[in-house]
Amino acid sequence: MQKKSSLMKKLKKYWPFYFLALPGLIYFFINNYIPMGGLILAFEKYTVSGGIFGSKKIGFQNFKFLFSNADAWIMTRNTLLYNIVFILLGLVISILTAYFLHELKSNMSRKFYQTVILFPSLLSIIIVSYLANALLAGDTGFINNHILLPLGLEPISFYSEKKWWPFILVFVHFWQMTGTSCILYLANMSAIDPSLYEAASMDGATRWQSFFNITIPCLVPTIITLTILAVGKIFNSDFGLFYQVPMNSGAIIDVTQTIDTYVYRGLMNTANLGMSAAACFYQSVVGFCLVMITNSMVRRISSENAMF
Amino acid sequence: MVRKDTGFQVFCHVILAIMAVLVLFPLALLILSSMSSESDIIKYGYSLIPKNFDFTAYKFIFSEGSVFHSYLVTIFVTLVGTVASVLVTTMLAYTLTINDMPGRRILSFLVLFTMLFSGGLVPSYMMWTTIFHIKNTIWALLIPNLLCSAFHIMITRSYFQNNIPPAILESARIDGMSEFGIFFKIVLPLSVPIIATIGFMKALMYWNDWTNSLYYITDKNLVGIQALLNNMLTNVQYLAQSMDASSVATDMATVPSLSMRLAIAVVGMLPMIILYPFFQKYYMKGLTVGAVKG
Repeated sequence: MQKKSSLMKKLKKYWPFYFLALPGLIYFFINNYIPMGGLILAFEKYTVSGGIFGSKKIGFQNFKFLFSNADAWIMTRNTLLYNIVFILLGLVISILTAYFLHELKSNMSRKFYQTVILFPSLLSIIIVSYLANALLAGDTGFINNHILLPLGLEPISFYSEKKWWPFILVFVHFWQMTGTSCILYLANMSAIDPSLYEAASMDGATRWQSFFNITIPCLVPTIITLTILAVGKIFNSDFGLFYQVPMNSGAIIDVTQTIDTYVYRGLMNTANLGMSAAACFYQSVVGFCLVMITNSMVRRISSENAMF
Repeated sequence: MVRKDTGFQVFCHVILAIMAVLVLFPLALLILSSMSSESDIIKYGYSLIPKNFDFTAYKFIFSEGSVFHSYLVTIFVTLVGTVASVLVTTMLAYTLTINDMPGRRILSFLVLFTMLFSGGLVPSYMMWTTIFHIKNTIWALLIPNLLCSAFHIMITRSYFQNNIPPAILESARIDGMSEFGIFFKIVLPLSVPIIATIGFMKALMYWNDWTNSLYYITDKNLVGIQALLNNMLTNVQYLAQSMDASSVATDMATVPSLSMRLAIAVVGMLPMIILYPFFQKYYMKGLTVGAVKG
C-alpha cells in the first residue's frame, strides 16, 4: 500500500481522538501559548492602537528602567529569601511532622491529626487573610486585646511595622502548607520495609539512630527531587500570601514585595506597564532556565523522578 | 517496629496536638467572633468567648440580597467550571494514551511544556482583555488559568494507562462500538477515582479563586463570595455602601460590618468543610501522585 493513502487511512481511523483532544489543545494554545508570544511586550512601548504584537519596539529600555530602580533588587531579594526559608525550614517541618504521624500507634489519632493539619490547604488565601487579621488587627485583633493588653504591654500596629512580617509570612505559609507537604513523606515512610527497623532495634539502635540511619536515607530520593523542583520555582511566589495577607499595606512593602506582587501592582498602574512586562519577562525566563537546570540535575540523580 | 515506648508516643501526641491547636485556634476565633455582637467586637476585640451570643450578622447575610447573589455566582462558577474542566481534562488525557495515534508525542510535549514555561501575568492579562474582551463577563471567572492544567492532564493520563485494561477497549472496538461510545461508556465509568480526585481539586480551585475576579471583574453582579470577602477585607464598609446604594431602607450605622464579614468568611468556607470528609481520600491521593511526578 502507498504511504499517502496509509496516512489518510490513519487519520480516518484516529479522527475521533483528535476531536476529543481538540478543546484541551485549543485551551492550551490560547491560555498558555499566546501569552508566551506576548512576552514580547517587555520590548515594546505598549499603545492601545498597536496592541500586544504591533506596538513600537524599544529594545531593552524597559529593562534599563526596571534594573536602575531599587525595586528590582528588593523584589528579587524577597522572592529568593522567602523561598529559601520555605524550602529549608519546610524540609525539617514536613519530615518531622510526617515522622510523628507515622510513629503514632493509634490509627484513629493519626487520621484525626492528619485531617486537622491538612484542613488549612482547603481555605482560600482570602479566608487566611481574615484569620490573620483577626489575630493581628490593630484595634480589634486578638493579640493586642487579649495577650498584650492583659500583660500591660503596648499594642502593636502590625500592619505598619516591617520587622514582624518575615515571621508572620513564614508562619502563615507553614500554617497552610504543612499538611500537603508532609503527605508525600508520610507515604514514603509507610513504604519502608519494617524489617529494617526490627533488625536495627535488635542490634540495640535507639529511636534517633534508626531515624537518622534508616528513615532519612530511605527518604533521600524524595527529598532531593522535591527540593530541586522547589528550587526550579524559586522565582515564583504565592501572590495571595504576599499581597492579601499583609492587606496590601504600603508601609511594609519592603519586606512583602515579591516579583509577583510587583508585576501586579505595575499592571494596575498603566504608566508602569513596560516595567511590569519587563519584570514578568525576567521572572518567566529565569524561571524557565532554573527549571531546565534543576530537571537535568534530577535526571542525573534519579532519572525516574525527572519531569521529562 | 515493636517497641514499648509510651514516652515517645506521648511526645508525638503532644507535638501533634500543639500543631492541631495552632491550626484550629484561628478558625475557632473566626467562627466564635462571627457570633458575637458588633459592639462587643469594637469594645473588646475578637474573642474566643463571646460576651453575648448574637446572630445579627448571619441574619443580615441571609436577609441581604447581595451576599446571597455572590454565593450563587460562586456556586454556578464552581459547578460549571468543574464539570467543563473534568470533561476537557479527561478527553485530552485519554487521547494521550492512544499509543499509535500520529502526533501523540508532539501533543504530550506541547501539554508538558506549559508546565515549564509560562508567559506570566502581563501578557495573559493583556491578551484576555484586549483580544478576547472578557472583562466583566462570566467567562473571566471560568476560563483564564483555571479550566485545564498540564498537571491534571498528566495524573489523569497515568491513571488511564495503569487502570484501564486495553483488552476491554479492544473487545468493545471489535463489537463495533464507536470511539466516543468507548470513551463515555467504558473509560469514564471505570475512572471514578481519578474523576473524584481532579474534580475535587478543580472545585476547590474554582471555589477559592479570587484572582480572576481581581484582574477582570468590576461589575457588582459578577462578584463571587471570595471576591466579596476580598473587597470587604480592605474596606469594611464595602457591603454597607453597596447596600446603601441598592436599598434606601438600610441604615449604614446598623449594619454589623465587622462581624458580618467574619460571618461571610464562615459561610464562604462552609461548603468545603462539608465536602472535605467525603473527598479527603481522593484529595490526599491527588497530592501524593502529583507531588513528584507531573
